[in-house]
Amino acid sequence: MSFLQAVWLAWDTIRVQKLKSFFTVIGVTIGVTFLIAVVSIVGGMSRYMEDDLVGKLIAVNSFSLRARPDFQVGDATQAQRNEWRRRPRILATDIPPVAASLPPGILWAVESSDNLKVESPFGSPRRTQCSTVSLDWFTIKKMGVSQGRLMNAQEYAAGTPVVVIGQDVADHFFPNLNPIGRELRIQSIPYMVVGVADKQGSVFGQSLDKFVIAPERAPLNRWVNPHGVVDAMIVQGQDDASMREAIEAARATMRARRHLHPSQHDNFELETSDNALEFWNKTKSYLTMAGIALPTVGLVVGAIVIMNIMLVAVAERTREIGIRKSLGARRKDILNQFLVESATLATLGAALGVGLGIGFAKLIAAVSPLPAAVEIWSIFLGVGVGAGVGMIAGIYPASRAALLDPITAMRAET
Amino acid sequence: MSPNTLEAPLSETAERRAVTGVIGATPDPKWVIVTRGIKREYDMGGEVVRALRGVDVAIARNEYVAIMGPSGSGKSTLMNIIGCLDTPNAGEYWLNGQMVSTMSDDALARVRNKEIGFVFQTFNLLPRATALHNVELPLVYAGVSSDERKRRAKQALEKVQLDNRMDHRPNELSGGQRQRVAIARALVNDPSMLLADEPTGNLDSSTSEEIMRVFENLATTGQTVVMVTHEPDIAAHARRVVVLRDGLLSTDETREAYVARLGHGLPAV
Repeated sequence: MSFLQAVWLAWDTIRVQKLKSFFTVIGVTIGVTFLIAVVSIVGGMSRYMEDDLVGKLIAVNSFSLRARPDFQVGDATQAQRNEWRRRPRILATDIPPVAASLPPGILWAVESSDNLKVESPFGSPRRTQCSTVSLDWFTIKKMGVSQGRLMNAQEYAAGTPVVVIGQDVADHFFPNLNPIGRELRIQSIPYMVVGVADKQGSVFGQSLDKFVIAPERAPLNRWVNPHGVVDAMIVQGQDDASMREAIEAARATMRARRHLHPSQHDNFELETSDNALEFWNKTKSYLTMAGIALPTVGLVVGAIVIMNIMLVAVAERTREIGIRKSLGARRKDILNQFLVESATLATLGAALGVGLGIGFAKLIAAVSPLPAAVEIWSIFLGVGVGAGVGMIAGIYPASRAALLDPITAMRAET
Repeated sequence: MSPNTLEAPLSETAERRAVTGVIGATPDPKWVIVTRGIKREYDMGGEVVRALRGVDVAIARNEYVAIMGPSGSGKSTLMNIIGCLDTPNAGEYWLNGQMVSTMSDDALARVRNKEIGFVFQTFNLLPRATALHNVELPLVYAGVSSDERKRRAKQALEKVQLDNRMDHRPNELSGGQRQRVAIARALVNDPSMLLADEPTGNLDSSTSEEIMRVFENLATTGQTVVMVTHEPDIAAHARRVVVLRDGLLSTDETREAYVARLGHGLPAV
């Protein structure tokens, strides 16, 4: 008997007892549903974290020199937090020596930010993140403008009170107006809007378009940090290797400036996208483990259920097996019949689980900020796992069926 | 073998003796079944039951034979062995020139599929399958293609005048029709012999007659038929009647001799 015939026969058997078949495979279905849902959600979050979040917040091949980590690594101890708090801040005077130590061809910029009161005649006052940055900041961030222009070199040099604003800021303070050339007050000091930045989108439902950026010498500087202090220096290499080289150069300079003994740890942070992803990678490994362990429990239970039902099926169909054997079915034919039936049953259950899992992932994506990305390989994995579970669960019942004696089997009272 | 007390011994007895007597010799192709000293014992919870105690039977092509015997005579055991559903503990069984008594389970399955068409007392049709599909089953295990299977199954159903009931399931058919489906299934793979086990046991007398007519037609067209029964009037349809008693061949005679014995009021079995 060919494989296709066996599948057809199995399908026929399953078709006539739909409800029983459904309950048989429910364990496998639930297992695969969760497998797909978890893989999709972890996959979606992963893509989101790596491409969107970190990509948007930290420029490619860049690192930042700052007093303490900007991206909190989740499991920091209280002692560590205290140590971070005690660290000296990065000084404006630290910047030129560090910049000088960097390999040639490396871009760098400084930035400092705070939430400040912003006002305009057209919208209610609102606290908004305001930053002062130096010349190459927009280049490193690959941020352009959708209206107006960026600040020019003279404005940076002179500290002219001009700002580039985010799309949301433009919409709020200048509804239905062209903001270019209009006045925006920050802590009561007037600034002229020269540009509106490209839309940056959002992460976890938080808009990335709520910002105001001024040149580093603008009056805003007084508000974002104490005099002579900067939040961070951001540095961008041409590629990963040159970034690593730049990190080590910056580290050496900073340690020398702070007179750190070789046994002492850095009392500053050199943060790359890896640091930001470190927490995520840890979380992801836990999620993946849970995402595999929990469905596995479901699948094991599912396999036991299928095995039991197949044993019942073999008992119920003892006579059929006897008849088939009397007509020339070999052990292999009977074995295949029940194995294929078990595998087909489980595969259908798994396919149902894949559908439900995708639906579940989409539902979660729709009602929560968690994103979901259905991986094609996870569909094959889900169905493959289902078929495998069915096969394994079917081995024992099928071999019992195959070994039945035709005479006894035909005499069975069923 | 107990002595045959009647006249008209089987005409070919000497010839049969010759073929059953020589251990290990491949029989002439004219013989479909040759058994030589077949023994079968069962272990029933420590007690050994000797179902067959050395049976020599030779059945030639185109014969129509009834195997009779009271319950416990070993006729079911003999039928299982002849039908390749069981193997003897001792002795040889040659089916259509092949020594089958030492074959493995799977090889026996092959032989059942190719050489034997079974007809059972309880029909043994698959309840969920249509008549056509039931008839196709042996061809499925013979590896025949789907189109060819359908064609041959239809042909077989035509032979038993059931081509108008092809798409019916067994529960939509009468007992006689079911048995005819079973006969079509038995014939579909062109077996060397039709092996019927109490084929009329579950049928009323008029339907039994109908089935016997089908058997008669098949025998006339050259099909070898072996029928196991305990009913003398059913056995009387066969051309030759073999009677077993206590695991041994008791009589082996022509229909005429058997009927004559019945007519004389002698014990049938």
